Amino acid sequence: MVILSVQNLCQSYPNKKDVLKDVSFEAETGKVVSLIGPNGCGKTTLIKTICGVFGQKNGTISVNGVPLSSMSRKETAKVVGYVPQNVIYSGHSTVFDTVLLGRFPYVEWTYTKKDIGIVSDALRCLGLEGLSGRDIGHLSGGQRQKVFIARSLAQDPRFYIFDEPTNSLDLKNQLNTMKIMRDIVKEKKACLVVALHDLNLAMRYSDEVIVLKDGVVFDKGPPEDVITADMIEKVYGVSSKIFEEDGEFFVHLYEGID
Amino acid sequence: MTEPQDGSKIQISEIFGRSKKDVSPEGVYISGLRKKLLFIIIASVILVCVAIVSLGIGAVNISVSDTISAIAHAISPSDFAGPENEWYSTILFQGRLPRIVLAITAGASLAVAGAVMQGTLRNPLVSPFTLGVSSAASFGATMSIVYGASVFGALYYAQVSVGKYAISFSTVSTMIFSFVVGMISISLVLILGRRKDTSKSTIILGGVVIGYLFQAGVTFTKYISNDEALRDITLWLMGGTWNASWGSMIILVPIILIALIVLEGMSFKINTLSAGDDVASKLGIDVNKLRRDSLILSTFITSVCIAFTGIIGFVGLMAPHICRMFIGNDCRYLIPASAVAGALVLLASDTVARIIIAPSQLPVGIIMYLIGGAFFIWLISKKNVGEYW
Repeated sequence: MVILSVQNLCQSYPNKKDVLKDVSFEAETGKVVSLIGPNGCGKTTLIKTICGVFGQKNGTISVNGVPLSSMSRKETAKVVGYVPQNVIYSGHSTVFDTVLLGRFPYVEWTYTKKDIGIVSDALRCLGLEGLSGRDIGHLSGGQRQKVFIARSLAQDPRFYIFDEPTNSLDLKNQLNTMKIMRDIVKEKKACLVVALHDLNLAMRYSDEVIVLKDGVVFDKGPPEDVITADMIEKVYGVSSKIFEEDGEFFVHLYEGID
Repeated sequence: MTEPQDGSKIQISEIFGRSKKDVSPEGVYISGLRKKLLFIIIASVILVCVAIVSLGIGAVNISVSDTISAIAHAISPSDFAGPENEWYSTILFQGRLPRIVLAITAGASLAVAGAVMQGTLRNPLVSPFTLGVSSAASFGATMSIVYGASVFGALYYAQVSVGKYAISFSTVSTMIFSFVVGMISISLVLILGRRKDTSKSTIILGGVVIGYLFQAGVTFTKYISNDEALRDITLWLMGGTWNASWGSMIILVPIILIALIVLEGMSFKINTLSAGDDVASKLGIDVNKLRRDSLILSTFITSVCIAFTGIIGFVGLMAPHICRMFIGNDCRYLIPASAVAGALVLLASDTVARIIIAPSQLPVGIIMYLIGGAFFIWLISKKNVGEYW
């Protein structure tokens, strides 16, 4: 088992108050860990700090005790795969070529048949094989989002760090993508740390949920323990009811509370 | 997977032997590779043909068969007889070939610089010309023409013999001045683009403004120049290949060749920038270093070519875009394809410039402004040009 450990993490932007305050949690392989919380609570900042996009102000981020900051760039790329919220792409690139970039940490200059096979499998896994030769600029937002997820699959890291990956997807694709990722996490003994807004998705697919509010960890633990009507009211300001059907928990939201 | 997923590389025979009807992801990828390689091969063949035709065109028209026999004779005198007129070889190899080599070298350099700048800045509208690097390099070269002798004294007129050719220090001085001022301009662009909220159009506008600043410098230098220097500068600024000589080509060609090989080596990393800085860094790239190094090299090859040709606009914009339409954005193939396409565009334009008002000649810069201007208008009128990066 490999553990990603975030300890006492603080983060701030220039001339602004602290965005993350003393955030600590652990994510272990074989699990889906959801980050939830209202807009501006620090989810994206936390993800970008873990991924090294932002330098960390205080605290440590380590994998099995080895700080990520002490690893080489390529070593880190084999450990952490990142899909940002707003993904940049280049037109005139095919879907296959875009996903192929995920193999970069393993390749010096020329891709091997193994790389081509891994990319093909990633495309098939997300049902994108029919789009392999299409220009990524000609895809819908949802299709493109799946291409970027496929790229991170091709990267084959131990920790997939996704920032709101289901935003552009329709209902069916949201469920399919989360299921695929959960299956991959279990099969490959990897870990998915994912920022989500949809509490039902978090409830359904997470092994653990971390609730952020105003830059601090409000609560963490198994989804059925953490996602409660009380938490939703305190963190989101929304009244809700949690109900159970066939052993699964669902969130029903009422109107916002002013 | 229908084939074993081993760690071996894909062989050329597999690329050209695989069925075109294979629609599997692997088949689509192999088909893409075939298309890329075919484009480069066909463009290279066309370039060689245009070069042979261009060699024969001039005040003395030499037929293609005579040109080919002269080339064959030059390569292997014992196996091939030369053309009937012996002085054809002198016209071809001493008079015209250096100019053709310069057109090919400059076209390839400007196009590769454009492809690299577009890739590293993720902006389809940037090129050495639109970023003001060309204007800056021309200002540097102008400074060298006017003040080189004052700065370097007698050294400016010194010459070094390499075999039967002489390399003049004034040529080296012009290259150095061009590069230094070109670097100042690209540094200004980078400072401008450092802010994350800087838009693509802001960078272009910044490039235009930087270009104007250096143009003002060129105009001032022209204003204070004597008549002889003024004529030299004016002619040179129009952009042309008539200054070509073997003496200058033996410096230029190896330098450019090495720089292009280094850029091709960086192409694999440049590809990752298409995914955005954040993702590229998570794929293992030192984004700032890669961007800095590739822009320095692009500015270098632009500047040293401009030192010989004057300002030749739009090659760096046109050639990469034409190639992208056919082979996509993979810089490993885009860089060599752009080099060949840029060489082809500039050589063809230079050939037209030589014959369009024969027996006089037009500066090729004028032709490139006409073609490139129309291309640029077409490019910015495309609906999705801004969405591509």
